[in-house]
Amino acid sequence: MRWDEFIVTGDPLILGAQISIALSSIIAIVALTYFKKWKVLWTDWITSVDHKKIGIMYIACALLMLFRGGVDAMMMRLQLTAPGMTFLNSQHYNEIFTTHGTIMIIFMAMPFLIGLMNVVVPLQIGARDVAFPFLNNLSFWTFFFGMALFNISFIIGGSPAAGWTSYFPLASNDFSPGVGQNFYALGLQLSGIGTLATGINFIVTIFKMRTKGMTLMKMPMFTWTVLITSMIIVLAFPVLTVALAMMTFDRLFGSAFFTLQGQGLDMLWANLFWIWGHPEVYIVILPAFGIFSEIISTFARKKLFGYNAMVASVVIISFLSFLVWVHHFFTMGNSAAVNSFFSITTMAISIPTGVKIFNWLFTLHKGKIRITVPMLWSLGFIPNFVIGGVTGVMLAMAAADYQYHNTYFLVSHFHYVLIAGTVFACFAGLVYWYPKMFGHRLNEKIGKWVFWIFMIGFNICFFPQYFLGLDGMPRRIYTYLESDNWFSLNAISTVGAFMMAIGFALFVYNIYYSWRYEKRDTTGDPWDGRTLEWATSSAIPPFYNFAKVPEVSERDALWDMKEKGIDPNADTNYQKIHMPSNTWLGPVMSLMMFIASFALVFSWFPLAIIGGIGIFICMIIRSFDYNDGYYVSVEEITEIENKAREA
Amino acid sequence: MVGLFLSGCGNLTVLDPQGPVAEQQSDLIMLSIWFMIFIVLVVFVLLTVMIVKYRDRGNNDNYDPSIEGSHKLEFVWTIIPIIIVTILSVPTVITIYNLEEAPEVAEGSVQVDPLVIHATSVNWKWIFSYPEENIETVNYVNIPVDRPVQFKLTSADSMASFWVPQLGGQKYSMSGMETELFLMANEPGTYNGRNANFTGEGFTEQRFLVNAVTDESYDSWVEEVQAEAPPLSEEEYAHLMVPGHAEEMTFSSTHLEFVNHAYDPTYALEKSAELGYEPLNPHSREGKAYEMPKLTQPIDTSRTYKVELDDE
Repeated sequence: MRWDEFIVTGDPLILGAQISIALSSIIAIVALTYFKKWKVLWTDWITSVDHKKIGIMYIACALLMLFRGGVDAMMMRLQLTAPGMTFLNSQHYNEIFTTHGTIMIIFMAMPFLIGLMNVVVPLQIGARDVAFPFLNNLSFWTFFFGMALFNISFIIGGSPAAGWTSYFPLASNDFSPGVGQNFYALGLQLSGIGTLATGINFIVTIFKMRTKGMTLMKMPMFTWTVLITSMIIVLAFPVLTVALAMMTFDRLFGSAFFTLQGQGLDMLWANLFWIWGHPEVYIVILPAFGIFSEIISTFARKKLFGYNAMVASVVIISFLSFLVWVHHFFTMGNSAAVNSFFSITTMAISIPTGVKIFNWLFTLHKGKIRITVPMLWSLGFIPNFVIGGVTGVMLAMAAADYQYHNTYFLVSHFHYVLIAGTVFACFAGLVYWYPKMFGHRLNEKIGKWVFWIFMIGFNICFFPQYFLGLDGMPRRIYTYLESDNWFSLNAISTVGAFMMAIGFALFVYNIYYSWRYEKRDTTGDPWDGRTLEWATSSAIPPFYNFAKVPEVSERDALWDMKEKGIDPNADTNYQKIHMPSNTWLGPVMSLMMFIASFALVFSWFPLAIIGGIGIFICMIIRSFDYNDGYYVSVEEITEIENKAREA
Repeated sequence: MVGLFLSGCGNLTVLDPQGPVAEQQSDLIMLSIWFMIFIVLVVFVLLTVMIVKYRDRGNNDNYDPSIEGSHKLEFVWTIIPIIIVTILSVPTVITIYNLEEAPEVAEGSVQVDPLVIHATSVNWKWIFSYPEENIETVNYVNIPVDRPVQFKLTSADSMASFWVPQLGGQKYSMSGMETELFLMANEPGTYNGRNANFTGEGFTEQRFLVNAVTDESYDSWVEEVQAEAPPLSEEEYAHLMVPGHAEEMTFSSTHLEFVNHAYDPTYALEKSAELGYEPLNPHSREGKAYEMPKLTQPIDTSRTYKVELDDE
C-alpha cells in the first residue's frame, strides 16, 4: 500500500480537518501535561467503574459526534441549496451522507441515551452501581474505540460511501473498492459489542438491584423504558453482529454471502440489516419516551397519567418492533399478502404510541405546569413527533409507499421522529439531569433561546422536505436540475438546517456560560423532583450513590417521602459500603480490539493477530483477577455526607 | 393553513398522476392526508388547551395531583386509533392487490394484453428491451398511451429502483431476480423516470425519459427502429456493462438473445473485467485519475478502460 492510499489526500476540506485534528490533539496533550492532569484523567475517568462518570463520558462523546454528524449535515444541505452546486462532488457527497447517518444513529443517539441511562437508572432504582461495573467500563471503551475507528476513516483510508444501510452488492468490493466499508463493518462491530454488553448489564441491574420496596410496577417510567430497550438490544444486536461478520468475510476473505458471485444473496443482507435496524429505531426512541414521561410529570407536578397503560404500550411497541422490518423494502417485489401483513403491523405501532401521546397530554390536565427548559423540549416534542408519526402511518401504507420510498418524504419522516423524539429527549434529559451531574443548572434564558431557534429551524428544515418528496425528489442525490423545480424548497430547508446549527452552538455556549456563572445547587433536588435520583446530593453524587439506601413504598418515591415529611438523608447511622475497584483492563482490552480491528481494515493480518493475542491475554488476566472490590469506611461516608450537606 | 397546504398539492409530481396506477396511489395518499390532518389537529388543540389552562400562574384552583388515570378515557384513545388504522388498512390492502394486476383500460375500449418491456439497470444507465418487437433502447423508453405496460425489472449489478412518479410508484430491480411493475399512461407526454435507490457515484444521473405516444406513432416508431437502427452485438453490449453513463441509444435487436441478467448475476462483472475495467479505490491515485465513461452511439468497441497516470 502506498502512503497516499493510507492518508486521504487531495481535498482541501479534509486537509483542513486533518490539520485541525492534529493541532487540537497537540493542544490537548500539552494542556494535560502542563496542568498535570494525566493522573486525574487516568484514575478518575478512564479506569473508573462509577456508572455516573461512565455516563458523562458517553454523553461527552455523543455531543462530539452530534457536532461531527451536524457538520456533515450542513455540508450536504449547502450542496443541495441550489441546482448544480459544485461544493461537493458525487463521491464526497456519498461519503458524507453515509457517515452522517451512521454517526447520528450509532455514535450519537444511542450513546447519548446510554449515557443518560448510566447516570440515572442506578440512582432511580436506589442501587449503588450497575450489576457488572467492570463490564460497564469495558462497554464504554469498546464503544469509544469503535467510534474512533469509524471516525478516522475520513482522514485515513477513506470513508464508507454505500449509505448507512450499506446495501449489497453496492457495499461489496466490486462496487465499493478501498477500505471505507471495512471501517464501517469493523467500527460498528466493535461498538456493537459494547452496546450488547450494556443491554445485558441493565437487564440484570434493573431486575436484581432495585432497592427494598421497589416492585416492577413501582419503577419510574424511565427505568421501565430502559429495561425494555435493553431487552430489544439483547434480541436485536446479535443479528447485527452476525451480519457485520458476514460482511467482513465477504470483503476481506472473498466469501460470497451477499455479493454477486457465488450465489450471494443481496436480499439476505437487507433482511438481516433491518431485522436489527428496525428494532434499533425503538432502541433510540423508547428511552426518549421515558425521559419525556419523567419530565412532563415533574413539571406538571402530577403523577404520570395511566402508568399501567404506559408500561403496556412500551411492551407492545417493543414486541411489534420485531414484526415490521419488511416495510423498509415494500418495493422489493414481495407478494401482496406479505406487503399487506407488514403494512398492518406497521400501522398498528401507531396505536400504543397514540395512547402514550394522549397519556402525556392528560398528565398536564389539572396540573401546575412550570415551563422550564426541559419541559419546553418535552412539550415541543409532542406536536413535532405527532407530525412524524402520522407521516409514518402514511409510509406504512405499502401501496402508497411505492411513491414515497427512497424520497425526501421518507427523509423528512424519520428526521421528524428521530429529532423530535430522540434529539429533543437527549437535550431535555441532559438539561434536566445536568444539575445531578455537575452541581449546577444550565442557564434557563439561554436554554429557551436554544429551544426556540432549534425547534423552529428544525421545522423550516424538514417540513418542506415532505413536499420535495411528493414532488419526486429522491434521497441521496448530490445535485438536481433546474428543470426539476426543487430549488426554492431546498433553499428554505438549508436555512432551517443552519438555524439548527446555531441552536446547537448556543447550547454548547450555554454549558460554558453556566459553568462560569450559574448558581451551585446544594440541595440535590433543584427541580422539586419525584424520583429517587433527587434524594442524594448533586455534582456527581458520591460514588456510592446513597449513604443509606432508601426504602420505597410508592411509585413516585421521593415525592411520596416529601408528602409524608420523611427526609431520606436524616438517618446518619451509616454502615460500611462495598464498592467495586477501578480497572485498567477495560480500556486496555478495548485498545487491543481497536488495534486488531484497525489492522483488519487494511488486511494487515500479522498486526491483527498480535491485537487478537492482546485481547486474549487481557481476558486471561481478568479471569485470574480475584480483586472483588473494597469497603468504604463509616468515617469516610460521614465525612463525604457532611461535606455535601454543608456545601 | 389546511387550504394553503392542499392548494400546493396540485403541482406536486406524485399528486399529479398521468395514469391509472399513479392515480390509485394518489387517491390513497390524499385519503391518508385527510385522516392525518384530523389527528394532528386534535393533538395540537388539546396540547394548546392544556398548556394555556394549566400553566402555573399561581392561581391553579383546579390543581389535582391525585389523578392517576382514567380507564374510560384511555379506552377512548385506544379504540379510536384502532378504528382509524382499520379504516386505512382496507383501501391499502385493496390497492396493494390491485397494483399486482394490469390496470384496466378506460371504459368502452377493449382490454388489450399488456406490452412487455424488460428494464435492466446497469451502473449507471437503464436498458429497455422490447422482446415482442425485438428492439432495445438505452436511457429512454417509448410506450403507447392507454395500454398497460408490464415492466420486467432486473439489474446487471447494484440494486436499483425503477420509478416514474407520474405513472406510478417504484419497484426494486435486483441482479439474479426479476420483479414486475405495471404502469400505464393516459395522456401523451414525456415523463421523467429514474433510479430511486442509491447505487454509488453515478446514481444521481441515472435518469431516463418515458415518452407516451399514440398507438399510431408508437407503431411507426417501432417499424422505423426495426428498419433503420443497428442491431446490438454482444461485443457492443459488453461496453454498456462498464460503470458509466450513456447517451440515448436505439438498437434493432435485444440483449435477451445472449443474456438475461435475471439468471446470470455475474455477467456484467465478467464482461467489464474482460474490457480491462477494474474497480478502483476512489482515494487512490488511479481512482482519482479515472474518468467515468460516457458512451455514445455507435459504441467504440476498441476502447478499454485502463487508467493512465500523468506522473508515472
